[in-house]
Amino acid sequence: MKALRYILPLALFLVLVGFLWVGLARDPREVPSPLVNQPAPAFSLARLDDPAKKLGPSDFKGQVWLLNVWASWCVSCRVEHPLLVQLAKANIVPVIGLNYKDTTELGRAWLADNGDPYKLSVVDADGRVGIDWGVYGVPETFVVDKNGVIRYKQIGPITAEALQKTILPLVRELQKS
Amino acid sequence: MGKRRLSRSIRILAVPLLAIVFAQAQALTALDVRLKNLEEELRCLVCQNQTLADSTAPLAQDLRREVREQAELGKSDAEIKQYLVARYGDFVLYKPPVKPTTWLLWFGPFAFLLGGALIWFVVLRRRGRGGQSADEGPATPPSGGQAARARALLDGSPEK
Repeated sequence: MKALRYILPLALFLVLVGFLWVGLARDPREVPSPLVNQPAPAFSLARLDDPAKKLGPSDFKGQVWLLNVWASWCVSCRVEHPLLVQLAKANIVPVIGLNYKDTTELGRAWLADNGDPYKLSVVDADGRVGIDWGVYGVPETFVVDKNGVIRYKQIGPITAEALQKTILPLVRELQKS
Repeated sequence: MGKRRLSRSIRILAVPLLAIVFAQAQALTALDVRLKNLEEELRCLVCQNQTLADSTAPLAQDLRREVREQAELGKSDAEIKQYLVARYGDFVLYKPPVKPTTWLLWFGPFAFLLGGALIWFVVLRRRGRGGQSADEGPATPPSGGQAARARALLDGSPEK
């Protein structure tokens, strides 16, 4: 009983330290999306290469695909871009680009300069589709399964680690099912 | 005569026209006030410690546009909030909803207060009842020698 007098405050202190320690390692900018495990919001947007043609999530029913939100003005998109180009070369999963709040000319020029890893890009000039998808920073990447359900959201640039440890294993698993 | 009639009809018409103009101005400001209040309760996701009303981030501007459009379509505040929560999560609300996952957040401080009050109460009661506390002096009476010495000191006679 007497020992409890000393152990209890110490235990409470350690619990507090534990919470603070975990809190230090977490990024407050990463807000978990409520859209994960929800059907991907529909859209029908003009293609960047050919504005006369439209494209939407329903065109990819039956296959696993990635939606990558990018813009020519986005600095961290340049960080992840080489990884996307590599991914495109490996031909594992189609990546669709959502050209977010950009102009068609700048978007096309950016792809010409940096390489185009996208199967297709669509134009979200006023950011409305972005809002529908809960986009709040660029870049963001979504993994969509064969049934059109969002299964994962990467906030911020894709890292080699996130790609190898999370995104690709998930894609392979979803492709099997 | 025609001129006079015209000016008279203008004067007659002016009253309802002005009324309509003022009513519309009134309606606009009422919506503005409502939107302002609503935006004060919503968080800007880019600059997380600012409300949607305060932020000048491009996303905040887009979200304000979205909120305004929905309000103009006749959606209620609750419906607009629901729309944003479905896309961005509860984090978009400055006042988190009360639900099992936020119970600790809402009631935790009161639980701590209650716990503190309980400890305070127990300590006070123990002190009052047992008299075991150091504040109340030694529980054993002074021995014979100590008492004599104290007496001598009090009487002012030099010690020895």
